[in-house]
Amino acid sequence: MADEGLVPWRQLALGCAMPEAGSAKRFNTGDWRGRRYPVTDREKCIKCGLCWIVCPDMAYLPDEGAQGFYKWDSYYCKGCGICIAECPKQAIDWREEKEEDKYGPACGS
Amino acid sequence: MSIAAEALKGFEKITPKSIPLVEPLSRGHRGCQGCGEVLALRMAAKAVGSAMIAVSATGCMEIITSPYPQTAWEVPWIHVAFENTAAVASGVEAGRKALIRKGRWADDGAKVVAFAGDGATADIGMQALSGALERGHDFTYICLDNEAYMNTGIQRSSSTPWGAGTTTSPAGKKSKGQTTWKKNMAAIAAAHNIPYVATASPAFHLDLMNKVKKAITVPGPAYVHIFSPCPTGWRCAPEDSLKTARLVVNTRIFPLYEVIDGRYVLSRDVKKPKPVEDYLKIQRRFRHLGPEDIAVIQKRVDQDWQRLMALVKATNPEASAE
Amino acid sequence: MARRVGLEVSLACAEAAKLANVDVVAAYPITPQTHIVEHLAELVADGHLDAEFVPVESEHSAMSACLGSSAAGARTFTSSSSQGLALMHEILFIASAMRLPIVMAVANRALSGPLNIWNDHSDIMAERDIGWVQTFAENGQEVLDLTLHAFKVAEDARVCLPMIVNMDGFLLTHVIEPMYMPDQSEVDAYLPAFAPQQRLDIAKPISMGMVGMPEVYTEAKKASLEALLGSYEVVKEHWAGFAKQFGRSYKPIESYRAEDAEVLFVTMGSLGETCMTAIDELREQGVKVGSVRIRLWRPFPVEDFLAAIKGAKGLIVIDRALSPGVPTGPVATELMSLLYAKGLKVPVHNFVAGLGGRDVTRADFKKMLDKAREAFAAGGEMTCEMVGVKE
Repeated sequence: MADEGLVPWRQLALGCAMPEAGSAKRFNTGDWRGRRYPVTDREKCIKCGLCWIVCPDMAYLPDEGAQGFYKWDSYYCKGCGICIAECPKQAIDWREEKEEDKYGPACGS
Repeated sequence: MSIAAEALKGFEKITPKSIPLVEPLSRGHRGCQGCGEVLALRMAAKAVGSAMIAVSATGCMEIITSPYPQTAWEVPWIHVAFENTAAVASGVEAGRKALIRKGRWADDGAKVVAFAGDGATADIGMQALSGALERGHDFTYICLDNEAYMNTGIQRSSSTPWGAGTTTSPAGKKSKGQTTWKKNMAAIAAAHNIPYVATASPAFHLDLMNKVKKAITVPGPAYVHIFSPCPTGWRCAPEDSLKTARLVVNTRIFPLYEVIDGRYVLSRDVKKPKPVEDYLKIQRRFRHLGPEDIAVIQKRVDQDWQRLMALVKATNPEASAE
Repeated sequence: MARRVGLEVSLACAEAAKLANVDVVAAYPITPQTHIVEHLAELVADGHLDAEFVPVESEHSAMSACLGSSAAGARTFTSSSSQGLALMHEILFIASAMRLPIVMAVANRALSGPLNIWNDHSDIMAERDIGWVQTFAENGQEVLDLTLHAFKVAEDARVCLPMIVNMDGFLLTHVIEPMYMPDQSEVDAYLPAFAPQQRLDIAKPISMGMVGMPEVYTEAKKASLEALLGSYEVVKEHWAGFAKQFGRSYKPIESYRAEDAEVLFVTMGSLGETCMTAIDELREQGVKVGSVRIRLWRPFPVEDFLAAIKGAKGLIVIDRALSPGVPTGPVATELMSLLYAKGLKVPVHNFVAGLGGRDVTRADFKKMLDKAREAFAAGGEMTCEMVGVKE
């Protein structure tokens, strides 16, 4: 598996603790996605926020530019589809995604 | 004895408009696609907020949130071993209590919250849990129940439901999967006479968050048992995660209730339950069960529901006087 | 001003924890440690010690609670023996890996089976590799002194490791001995309040106890190892400080009449005092024998040991535990390996004595000496024998 150390031993924090809270944010879990991703039809969206609430990976965040709507984050979405299943207005649907388009458009476009 | 009732006077409910924005659990964790347990953990963490010292058991949540150097915890967090979450939490609580009393630490209002799976709670961790509850430490213990030892590859626990297939209770020519009924941890916690016990499901997120918020508000030990769908281990589609979490409640298999100062309070009266088959058929861990097995499950679920109703009636004498 | 008292050694250990103003004691009773925790409970109940006394439901939970408490920044103490120590086993490794400066008094008692509540060193020999700093006390004063010293070493920013003070069960814990009890101001001058290097703090959130992937585990172990090896200097430094403050000196290896000795006994724990009495009697008969007593067990003080045995023509190593399947007992095996590593061909004769509370008398020492001298004279293979086995 690993044939080399990651960090020189003297640089490890005491007890191998991690002093940088939330360092996992760097990890690109969006890379796990298969060949589809969720897209929201903002015409149908009633701004209920359920997509934000039910995402295990917090791939939706309040859209600062469009009050009440939620913006999808390609960097973290694993493509589980819970948001699609739970949206009360079926406003979210799958769109096929090619490998090369992985870091493609945010929802709404 | 109304410790919880006193503490919950003036309790401010979390409503759809006031769902906390804070995310004590960060993005970038390594939960499976559609993991209902990390969703439940996220919801619970939001309800507690940033003033939390989290104590985790070895298990799915610990593994997916802490592969060095990536930690998904935005709050102070400690993991020691598998079976001792409640004991470690007891120590954190006692340490803080002593330091604050002796004037060596300013009371920052941090809540000690333990997160452990069903294995770490109902099996190997039961002794430590019982001890911590009995000693009355001021902490909240949240059991995230995905009904097996999922982290190590789907082995059975005492929380695995009757008839479920796991790798150590597989269905085969001579077996129908798990041969025992799910251990009732909420009842065991309530038997310790702690002020607050609750069951929750991530399909009812407001109910879940409010129960966690109540748990941290009530002084002394609180226990919250959260049903946590595991598409990987239950072999259902990832997008059905919350569907199972909803059906399990609406079939009465996993009733939602609180035990407040020993009083049973139903959170959701399921008046027209769906048949258990609706829940079982969407998970391949139950695929091997025939109609007669399903009938056995249905009967048991009905009996357990009646028993719960009796407990509600027995512990709310004023209500039954009507 | 220190006062001279006659006190049961267990109580002296508890008094030391009280003088150290511990914040949390999480402990489970087990013979022969019980008087230590009972006395601490009493001290807390009477308001003499302001601490959280957590009566946990097992030793595994005791050590687990200690980790939580120490991680929260509290000065933490516990105690155990034998089966209880064994029950904590998995957590002990984690305590040192997480660099939490817990202090534990171990009242050495035989490990089952068969069940045996009396003294030997099998419990602590099973914990050689836990990565804790470890010392051995030989009498009541040492129990008190080494317990105070343990907090100072464990919590030192250069060490940050948990520490064990070993004391023989019953032979020390349950005897009343005269000792000097320091007063609070003396102890406060020696031992300041615990200032943790890191702690669970919502103002500075850290994650403790992450998954140590293969890419990091080796380095994490190296870091703990270096901390343990580095604690040697700190142990000595704080013994020097102890001598300055309290007037009693301690060394990693203590010698008794060893300068011109031809043969040296090597002991650990209270047996060393019986040995010294036997040596005095033997010396009167003109036998050139002395002893070397191991006080610092981990990290093992190699140079101190080699200096102490210089000139000896034979070592008689008394083990208080077996290492089944290995030709010699645990202590002898370690000593022989370090002698070999240094290219020193000092003959060693090994005895395993005093298992499960079997008495080891001055007469036994004389018998062991005779047997060893025969073996040394004959040359040949270095062996180990169990003392006093009824055939």
